[in-house]
Amino acid sequence: MTGVPLIEVEDLRIDLDDGSRCVAAAEGISFRIDRGETFGLVGESGCGKSITALALIGLLRQPLSIGGGVIRFEGREIQRLSAAGQRELRGNRIAMIFQEPMTALNPVSPVGRQIAEMFVLHKGKSWREANQLAVEALASVRVPAPERRVNDYPHQLSGGMRQRAMIAIALACGPDLLIADEPTTALDVTVQAEIIELMRNLCAERGTAILMISHDLGLVANVCRRVAVMYAGRIVEERGSADIFRAPSHPYTQGLVASLPRLGSRAALGRIRLKEIAGVVPAITSFPDGCRFNPRCAQATDICRTVTPETDLLEAGGLVRCHHHA
Amino acid sequence: MKLRANLIIGGALFALAILVGLLAPWLAHTDPVLDANLLNAEEPPSWTWWFGTDDQGRDIYSRVVYGARVSLTVGIVSQLINSVIGVALGLSAGYWGGWWDDVVNALTNLMLAIPSLIFALAIMAVLGPGLTSLLIALGLTNWSFTCRIARASALSLRSQGYVQAATVLGYGDLRIMITQLLPNMLGPIVVIGTLGMGSAVLSEAALSFLGLGVRPPFPSWGSMLSDARDQITTAPWLSVFPGLAIFLTVLGLNLLGDGLRDVLDPQSRSRRT
Ligand SMILES: Nc1ncnc2c1ncn2[C@@H]1O[C@H](COP(=O)(O)OP(=O)(O)OP(=O)(O)O)[C@@H](O)[C@H]1O
Ligand code: SF4
Ligand SMILES: [Mg+2]
Repeated sequence: MTGVPLIEVEDLRIDLDDGSRCVAAAEGISFRIDRGETFGLVGESGCGKSITALALIGLLRQPLSIGGGVIRFEGREIQRLSAAGQRELRGNRIAMIFQEPMTALNPVSPVGRQIAEMFVLHKGKSWREANQLAVEALASVRVPAPERRVNDYPHQLSGGMRQRAMIAIALACGPDLLIADEPTTALDVTVQAEIIELMRNLCAERGTAILMISHDLGLVANVCRRVAVMYAGRIVEERGSADIFRAPSHPYTQGLVASLPRLGSRAALGRIRLKEIAGVVPAITSFPDGCRFNPRCAQATDICRTVTPETDLLEAGGLVRCHHHA
Repeated sequence: MKLRANLIIGGALFALAILVGLLAPWLAHTDPVLDANLLNAEEPPSWTWWFGTDDQGRDIYSRVVYGARVSLTVGIVSQLINSVIGVALGLSAGYWGGWWDDVVNALTNLMLAIPSLIFALAIMAVLGPGLTSLLIALGLTNWSFTCRIARASALSLRSQGYVQAATVLGYGDLRIMITQLLPNMLGPIVVIGTLGMGSAVLSEAALSFLGLGVRPPFPSWGSMLSDARDQITTAPWLSVFPGLAIFLTVLGLNLLGDGLRDVLDPQSRSRRT
């Protein structure tokens, strides 16, 4: 990739300060996303995916804060922007959709108005124009009869329709980056597939980069060109999507891949049990020393328990954080 | 949805009061101030004088009809001022929190600690009697309940998904408060406002009764009661009809407030969706 990346995160640390003490909820987070690229962030619940996304758009609030590192959007440091400058980016250049399509829409405002508000807010359109653009936006996410649907209130729409409306709002201003934090976990499987497909197509058409966040490695690898796997506040492996399935390098990623059912495999047919990773994710206040995965890792040695592994470049391309990686 | 009796009766009484106030020039038989005639002073109610006449021979019916204008103006305008103050303070305090919230809380507690009528009396003493000072005095002293409700709603609404989504979409604080928070707390605010109008009508009557309200000879229900004090045994109709007007208006507003609460209750609303 050439030139300045769209977004670049360097050695980001996120502090969690509950008043009595301060722990790093995430640290050593580095990645970059180029224009129009699709990038995935995968990991178990609580590993720090959502707070990383919030940091990107400057929305960490007490007790969380950025403890170190740099985030650049088109080369500009986000932390150095004024509050108004950050607000200018949000919704306009960087948009985000959430897990809960049920609650992410204002219940007392028609969806069309909520879409139109984006054009008024960020593009300085009049309400007349904005309402017209809202109909087009709703049509672009394949909502049938959009000119009637704009007047509907959120509770009149199904979950899938609401998530479509959310996508319409998020993409209204033609952002450069769409952050999708578990955008489909609340939806039926069939609707899920439709929504993901829609999101991917729209972003591809418009050259919008996607940062997709999920605990589902299969889903993310399907949508994204590159995937980063997070464990307990650190990125442990970053690879091309195909590589991560073919030859996962970090023991945690290997465990994740082994626990996925594959079409036609013996596990999918129910003949053998899927492998699961033994043990539980450590709590944020009691991360182990050294490699945080060491209590659950079959390959752990003494050094793993004392020394934090650095990030290594893989010959095949990609990054891994493990003393004994494959 | 079943329409409730309190909503209908309350709404009808309030609408009636408003209509009477609006149509006063057409409903009244005589001019409430100028048509004094000592020849027919203190007439009891009859076909000619529906509600009787006072000691200056003025038609009580016409004065009650015109009095609706003062009572309702005071009730509506002063409560509007209260609602605006209460919502502005409570909403911003609940949304922003921090030192501003502490300041607003202290102010609210102060207002709650001092009976609002005493506070209004003090303001009237400074401003002097009259409609404008009445509006200011009652408008500045009765916002604490609205403020409490607005603050509590803002506190709970601020963590709602759509409020956070709005932040993520680049909405500024003011825009979030107006488009995301305010419409979602309007129900309870309207209920409190309706009940508040009732108590403002009563306060107007009380202040006018004490001689601090609307200046005679222009009629207000409270000042009519005040004037009738000495003749309560000899000419009871002088106090009965303005009293009845106050009673029915306040009753109507309270019923309406209750009815609206039933309809706008967020729980009954979420049950419907
Ligand atoms: N507002 C907060 N206050 C205190 N701790 C928080 C807060 N937000 C997040 N955390 C903590 O930070 C850690 C990372 O949270 P985060 O929401 O990023 O997890 P996640 O990877 O998105 O998980 P999930 O898949 O459940 O969404 C968690 O341990 C969580 O408990
Ligand atoms: S560093 Fe050690 S404990 Fe951590 S994943 Fe690698 S082998 Fe396992
Ligand atoms: Mg999350």
